[in-house]
Amino acid sequence: MSGSNLLGQTPSQTVGPFFAYGLTPQQYGYDWASIAAADMADQATEGERITFEGQVLDGAGQPVTDALIEIWQADGAGSYAAAPGRNTRFTGFGRCGTGVLGDGFFRFTTIKPAAPSKAEAPHLNIIVTMRGLLMHAFTRAYFEGDTRNDADPVMAQVPPERRATLLARQTAPGTWRLDIHMQGDAETVFFDL
Amino acid sequence: MVKLLNPRDFSSHPGYIDKGYRSTALRGPTKPLIPVRGVSLAAPVYGHDRIAPADADLTLNGRKDAEPLGERIIVTGRVLDENGRPLAGALVEIWQANAAGRYVHVVDQHAAPLDPNFFGGGRCVTDEQGRYRFLTIKPGAYPWGNHFNAWRPNHIHFSLFGHQFGQRLVTQMYFPGDPLLALDPIYLGVPAKSRERMVAHFSIDVTEEGYALGYVFDIVLRGENAAIWENH
Ligand SMILES: [Fe+2]
Repeated sequence: MSGSNLLGQTPSQTVGPFFAYGLTPQQYGYDWASIAAADMADQATEGERITFEGQVLDGAGQPVTDALIEIWQADGAGSYAAAPGRNTRFTGFGRCGTGVLGDGFFRFTTIKPAAPSKAEAPHLNIIVTMRGLLMHAFTRAYFEGDTRNDADPVMAQVPPERRATLLARQTAPGTWRLDIHMQGDAETVFFDL
Repeated sequence: MVKLLNPRDFSSHPGYIDKGYRSTALRGPTKPLIPVRGVSLAAPVYGHDRIAPADADLTLNGRKDAEPLGERIIVTGRVLDENGRPLAGALVEIWQANAAGRYVHVVDQHAAPLDPNFFGGGRCVTDEQGRYRFLTIKPGAYPWGNHFNAWRPNHIHFSLFGHQFGQRLVTQMYFPGDPLLALDPIYLGVPAKSRERMVAHFSIDVTEEGYALGYVFDIVLRGENAAIWENH
């Protein structure tokens, strides 16, 4: 499969503690335009507006205040934004650092994605990276109570006892919370994808 | 339509928990990653229209009233996949310390001077040949609290998105001949066989007469797996 004629993958390194002015400058108050923000939807975006938030916690249960959370999601009709050049205001891509809100919180305002296909459940694709993490981690957020969750082809590959770590809970109307636990009994499921 | 990626080659990447790099102890996942196969997803659509040509010139984009201090360098290279194919349209974002080893970031407390004319962030999109090019200042080494007398080698942080979501890469570029590489737990956290892939090489051809030294750093992201593709 992976023949020796392949070029070697460039190794991953930690994002370090100082990414904010480069990757999320506006959120942190630097005078440079961000290419993606935590406020992903505006009044013109079609779909159910939601807040997606949570805390990033380390193995001692302490908040991680220098993590970067990226989400990439389908829109309210289940479509991912098309190639660059298409004039979609809702790109479905958001970035939020955990060093602004306090206590390691991230918070996105977006729209609830619809299922990208009949086989899947609605979900957010998530990339987690931080100081002290030598390689980014892929995870997902599903929406608790959705009857399609267990049959979702990715969720189905997760041992049932760990699936709850991927379920965002509705804590108030329109507000969904999912904490990301890097370690511990409730360690979030991270994917090799 | 479905083109699956080769897996991440974990023999080329650092492990999540690294004895030498203390902060990994409570932050690296400890449970095995859950393999997900048969899913492909395009890379995110980002604010490509917000990327200006000046964003790739770090000697210009933080300038107030003078040129930033330090040694001008050109950092260029190609973004390829494992099959050697250039990736056009890849997003390359960088951030770095100034010539004195100090970041603009408010959390950086290193007692080295800020440069009012240097910001340290840059970004660009690769061209049809997968090429990117930055003009910047050589970043200084800086101390960190990992262990006694710990210093990071000169480096530039890189963030990449290729064509597929799974090609995401966050890495660091180092400079050839840096004596701190042999002492740096973050660099040494990568298996020996692949460490040097993170080290740029000096190029007199990229160097511009009377102006700036040239460094070449090619970046290889996961490739599409031809075998799996045929099976579909
Ligand atoms: Fe750094």
